[in-house]
Amino acid sequence: MAHATATTEQYAELLQEEQKHQLDERAFGFWLYLMSDALIFSLLFATYAVMVGRTAGGPQAHGLFDLRYTFGETMLLLFSSTTFGLAGLSIRAKNKGAVLFWLAVTFLLGAGFVGMEINEFHGMVVAGAAPERSGFLSAFFTLVATHGLHVTCGLVWIVVLGAEVLRKGLTAPVASRIHRLGLFWHFLDIIWIAIFSVVYLPGSF
Amino acid sequence: MRSLIDTGDPLLRVYLTGFVLALVLTIIPVGLVTLNLLPETTALAVIAVLAVVQMGVHLHYFLHLDFSASERNNLLTLAFTAVIMVIMAGGTVWILYNLHYRMMA
Amino acid sequence: MLGKLTMDALPLYSPVALSGALMEVIVGVAVLGFITWYGKWRYLWSEWLTSVDHKKIGIMYIVLAMVMLLRGFFDAIMMRTQQAIAYNSPGYLPSDHFNQVFTAHGTIMIFFVAMPFLTGLINIVVPQQIGTRDVSFPFLNSLSLALTAAGAALVLASLVVGKFSTAGWSAIAPYSELKYTPGVGVDYWIWAILISGVGTTTTGINFLVTILKRRAPGMTLMRMPLFTWTALVTSVLVVFSFPALTVTAALLALDRYVGMHFFTNGHGGDMMNYANLFWIWGHPEVYIVVLPSFGVFSEVVATFSSKRVFGYHSLVYATAVIGILSFTVWLHHFFTMGEGPAVNIFFGIATMLIGIPTGVKIYDWLMTMYRGRVRLEQPMYWTLGFMVTFVIGGMSGILLAIAPVDYMMHNSVFLVAHFHNMLIPGALFGYFAGYTYWFPKAFGFKLEHKWGKRAVWAWVVGFLLAFMPLYVLGFEGMPRRMAHYATPGWQPWLIVAEVGAVVIAVGIAFQVIQLIVSIRDREALKVTNGDPWDGRTLEWATACPPAHYNFAVIPEVHDIDELAWRKQHGVVESTLAPAEAIVMPDNTSAGMIIGGLSFVLGFAMVWHIWWLAALTGLGILAALVARSSDDHGEHIVGADAERTIEGEFGMEAAE
Repeated sequence: MAHATATTEQYAELLQEEQKHQLDERAFGFWLYLMSDALIFSLLFATYAVMVGRTAGGPQAHGLFDLRYTFGETMLLLFSSTTFGLAGLSIRAKNKGAVLFWLAVTFLLGAGFVGMEINEFHGMVVAGAAPERSGFLSAFFTLVATHGLHVTCGLVWIVVLGAEVLRKGLTAPVASRIHRLGLFWHFLDIIWIAIFSVVYLPGSF
Repeated sequence: MRSLIDTGDPLLRVYLTGFVLALVLTIIPVGLVTLNLLPETTALAVIAVLAVVQMGVHLHYFLHLDFSASERNNLLTLAFTAVIMVIMAGGTVWILYNLHYRMMA
Repeated sequence: MLGKLTMDALPLYSPVALSGALMEVIVGVAVLGFITWYGKWRYLWSEWLTSVDHKKIGIMYIVLAMVMLLRGFFDAIMMRTQQAIAYNSPGYLPSDHFNQVFTAHGTIMIFFVAMPFLTGLINIVVPQQIGTRDVSFPFLNSLSLALTAAGAALVLASLVVGKFSTAGWSAIAPYSELKYTPGVGVDYWIWAILISGVGTTTTGINFLVTILKRRAPGMTLMRMPLFTWTALVTSVLVVFSFPALTVTAALLALDRYVGMHFFTNGHGGDMMNYANLFWIWGHPEVYIVVLPSFGVFSEVVATFSSKRVFGYHSLVYATAVIGILSFTVWLHHFFTMGEGPAVNIFFGIATMLIGIPTGVKIYDWLMTMYRGRVRLEQPMYWTLGFMVTFVIGGMSGILLAIAPVDYMMHNSVFLVAHFHNMLIPGALFGYFAGYTYWFPKAFGFKLEHKWGKRAVWAWVVGFLLAFMPLYVLGFEGMPRRMAHYATPGWQPWLIVAEVGAVVIAVGIAFQVIQLIVSIRDREALKVTNGDPWDGRTLEWATACPPAHYNFAVIPEVHDIDELAWRKQHGVVESTLAPAEAIVMPDNTSAGMIIGGLSFVLGFAMVWHIWWLAALTGLGILAALVARSSDDHGEHIVGADAERTIEGEFGMEAAE
């Protein structure tokens, strides 16, 4: 049996050392997951590129997209990336209240983005541009909705981590999880840059 | 916000710079397309370049990616991923455009 | 309430299907009964299923692989028998069954035999080879195993409830689309692939991080054992290719479930993109399957020639080059789809180039044996079996790389001969070599060698008899996946092939006997010092089997083949003393729970039982959230406890 009580201090140091190593590995492992996700998106982009003309006599890109609307969505995401960064800075400042505040703001901005996207999809379906209409629309909906689904998962994750901050405070594991969520969130904004550059902007010519 | 300014954290400036750069890099292509300032092919090229630059802005200012030793693993992994992405996406587009042309399918 | 699931799903419509299903159910019930009779459920759960010990997880992967090998082989011999008798006759196997059989055969062999086998070997060996105590993400490791098993369970379930896919292991569109294949078969395939694919991708991430971050001090990349090198490159291939498989299966699922038009015939679907996306994954996959085997051969050839492997650096570079090039050749799987000469030439040249580093490896291994003191133990037998058969397949591959030649050979049994020539000697013999090599490390006793060597002979002879005729038949124009035929000249060759399959069956029987005999005689075959083969790498410095933490003290590494260096320089025992307290991860049931829920989710999606799918989906999410919020999944192994464990294994710490 381990003589834990006799040398708790020694073990605390050992556990801390181990934890530091673990958190470093987890950050890298998560980055690798993001790289594999980037590949999924790039194949969805390639599929979109190959299918953008396959409209089967149905709706085409031009006329489907409203650039001002898309610009609004883009701003929501860009602001949310910045506010998430501010949440990260609040962790550095060890300010629990500020962390929760900026996480909440990020959540609202992200939820606004998802809401706008659902609204956009709904409008398209009602106007006859449903994903089942053509290859082009299947590719469009899948690419953009996959991104939207990722953002939604991010929203759930924000809630979970917010609850953890409330319960446990800004411990090292909690901070490292917020760090990884940050990697995820910023990554999704990068994917969005690609989406409006490959889908919405060229589709508006 | 004030509390963050008060801490004097140098990273605050980094995030705000990134935000402003990204904003500009978004407004330019949107303006280009909305105001029809360039012929289509040129505009597409400009959009592509600006998109890559903005991705770089996010990677550096928000994800803190740089050439330092601590970021080396992440950077190399990203570079490798980029190569594979070009091969897979580029290959797909090349192959399928070729097939569409020849097979009219 | 139960979606599309009705009593019609039971295989009562056909005697062949019914007997297959009954056999599977009987074996399954027998296994469960055996465990219950001996009262081993608690032991199984607490010592194995909830374990996060990479060694145990590895063993379980290999058990899964071997069980699925029996199932996949049964499919094989069913096909061989059908083809041997079905000249101008329908044979005994109706076409619909035959199609399910060849689809199940390929799906099982690649996803549920090869992948778990190599994952199992990597799991058991790599952490010990790099001198560490566990992988970077032990819970994720357990989860990966559970997800792989869930995928396998779905394929097994399809034999009893419903049907399996008839679309081939690659499920090419538009045949696999709803319009042409409306049943549940393709859906079983999709969910088995998607679920096990998540498991495989996370394993790739796990080992990539482990190898890059957990090597013992002094072990630079260029001092790593070659099996670890191939595990590293394999992990890179996994992380960067499996996303393509996920996309392919997911888009097909969207077509089938939501009525989208990615690969449909009409409405703007692009059928050719299916083949493109599938093979973007599919080609790196075959290197995933073969590289760990090459790693085993490197280890075995060096150990049993009693010298360092020849050309260590060239072997590393060859592995890396194979890894990179494997992403640039995928089109050679569909040279005939209609693309122009420029495209075909590019991929044809890349395909020829990738043969070069493999050739380098073969020469390196031969040169290792040259002037070595070669000991013909079982792993060496498997390696020699590989050497005399694999190169034929390599040459047939170079032949196929020439697009105009491929136009004549594509979809003929020449191709079937080629890829089995790669997979059986190249991958399977390597796994068997690894199995016989590291079995004593995992269990503390060797495998009996006479039955083992007989098994090698049976496999080599059987393989040649079963597949060389297919090269001839391919030249004669016989297509693959044929349930029956009317060309008289083909039958004699197919009869020879059938004999080959029977000889392989004998080989498998020998392996089963070997296992039984070895367990029965385990006292006589026991290994006392942890190093039964006079090994050269660090995994042989631990006990057989090792303590759950592998090394009491993390070793300091000085050179390639660290253990051989230590033996040469008379450095001994520094891994054993002094022992100090260490942190080890706790067991957890979360992996198995999520795996079990995933199986139910997949089943529910196949049969359109939406409420069940939603429920299990939420359950998985809840389990993941609970697990990821847990900050206390570890325990301390104190210095005293370690000393006791080391003493039990007979390796006393130096006082």
